[in-house]
Amino acid sequence: MIPRAVHGPRDMEGQTVPPDGRPLADQPKWRRDFPIDWAQDEYVSRRDLVKFIVLTSVALAAGQVALVMRSLFGEPDPPPSVQAVAGVDELPIGGAKTFSYPEGSTPRLLVRTGPAAFVAYDQQCTHLLCPVVPLVDQGRLHCPCHNGWFDLATGRPLEGPPRRALPRILLEVRDGTVYATGVEDSA
Amino acid sequence: MPVPDTLEFFIDPGRCIGCQACVQACTECSTHKGQSMIQLDYVDRSRSTQTVPVVCLHCDTPTCAEVCPADAIKRTPDGVVQSARKPRCIACNNCVLACPFGVPKMQTEMHLMMKCDMCYDRTSVGLKPWCASVCPSQALAFGTREEMARLRPRAKPVNTFQFGQQMIRTKVSMMVPRDAATDIVDVTAAMYEPTVSHTMLDEVFDQDRDEVDA
Repeated sequence: MIPRAVHGPRDMEGQTVPPDGRPLADQPKWRRDFPIDWAQDEYVSRRDLVKFIVLTSVALAAGQVALVMRSLFGEPDPPPSVQAVAGVDELPIGGAKTFSYPEGSTPRLLVRTGPAAFVAYDQQCTHLLCPVVPLVDQGRLHCPCHNGWFDLATGRPLEGPPRRALPRILLEVRDGTVYATGVEDSA
Repeated sequence: MPVPDTLEFFIDPGRCIGCQACVQACTECSTHKGQSMIQLDYVDRSRSTQTVPVVCLHCDTPTCAEVCPADAIKRTPDGVVQSARKPRCIACNNCVLACPFGVPKMQTEMHLMMKCDMCYDRTSVGLKPWCASVCPSQALAFGTREEMARLRPRAKPVNTFQFGQQMIRTKVSMMVPRDAATDIVDVTAAMYEPTVSHTMLDEVFDQDRDEVDA
C-alpha cells in the first residue's frame, strides 16, 4: 500500500486554508474579499454585481440630472473678455501664429488670409486632437495624423475622419490690432 | 483542465548531478519569456559539488500569496500556485523575500514576478514538466507514487517542511531515505552543521583500503 501525500486541512471544495487553520467563516473580511484560490477570486456574487450596477446607474443618472439643472438654472457663463492677439502688421499674408484665448486654453491658431482678413480656430483637430496645419494657398487646414481636411474660411470638415467643425474664435480688427472677442463652439 | 491527481512531482537532490539541463530546458520555454524558473543551488560550493534543483513546491498555504499586497498570486484547485497575474503584480518583491524556498523571481525590467508553475500548460494535459522530461538522472521526476516506490526502493517522498516555527505542507515531494525516522524535513536544523563532503568520502576510501590491505 503506497501512502498518499499528506496535505494540510482543506475544506470540501479544495480551498486554501489560512495559516491559522480556522475555517473561512471565522476569517477577517479582507481574507474573504481577497481569496488565494483562483475560483473564488474569479467568482462575482449576484449581490455584488447588482450593487455595482445599481450604484453605477444611479451615479450616471445623478450626473445627467446635475448637468440639466445647471444648464436650466445655473448662472450663464460670463461673456468672454476681449484679448489682443497680434498686430495686423505682425503677420504676413498667409502667415499664422498660435495663441491661447481665454488664458490657459488649448492652443488657438490665428491665420492671415488676406490684407485685412483674419481667421482663428482651435488648433486641435476635432478627430483626435492633433494640431492642424494651415495651407493658405489651398484655402484649407490639414491634420497630418489621419489626413483630415478643414475649410479655412469656415472651419468645417471637408475630408477624412473629422466630423465636427473646428471651434472658431471670433475676431475683431481695431486700430491695427487683432482682438479675440469670443469662442464659437463647433456644431 | 487540472493537473491529474495521480501524477506528482518528486525532487531527489541526492540524484542531482548539477548538469543544468533543467535550467536550460526551463529557459527555452516561451511561456515565461526565456527566463529560467529553476535555480540550481550549490549546497556548499567551496567544499562540495552537491547541487539541489529548486522548483516551486506549491505549498498548501502559499506564503508568497499570503504576503502579496496586490492579490496577484493565486492557487488553482489542483494545488498549483500560479505565477503572478500580470495586470495585478506591482513588483514589490514581498513574495521573493517571504518564500522560504526562494522560488519567486523578480523580473525587474518587466516589473513582474514570475515563478515556477509546474509547467501548467503541460502538466494540466498530463505531460511532464520540461525539467522533469530532460533530467538525465531523474532528480526531478514526474509520475505516480507507485512508479516512484518501484524505481526508488531506498527512498520515500516527504512533503512536510519545517522552517523554524513555520510548518509547510507542499504538493511537490522531496525524496528522503526510506528508513528515515521522521516524515518532516527540518530545513534549518542543519544550517550550522559542517557540510558532508569529500572529507567523509576520503575516510570511506581509507576504510576500504584498510580492508584490502588486511
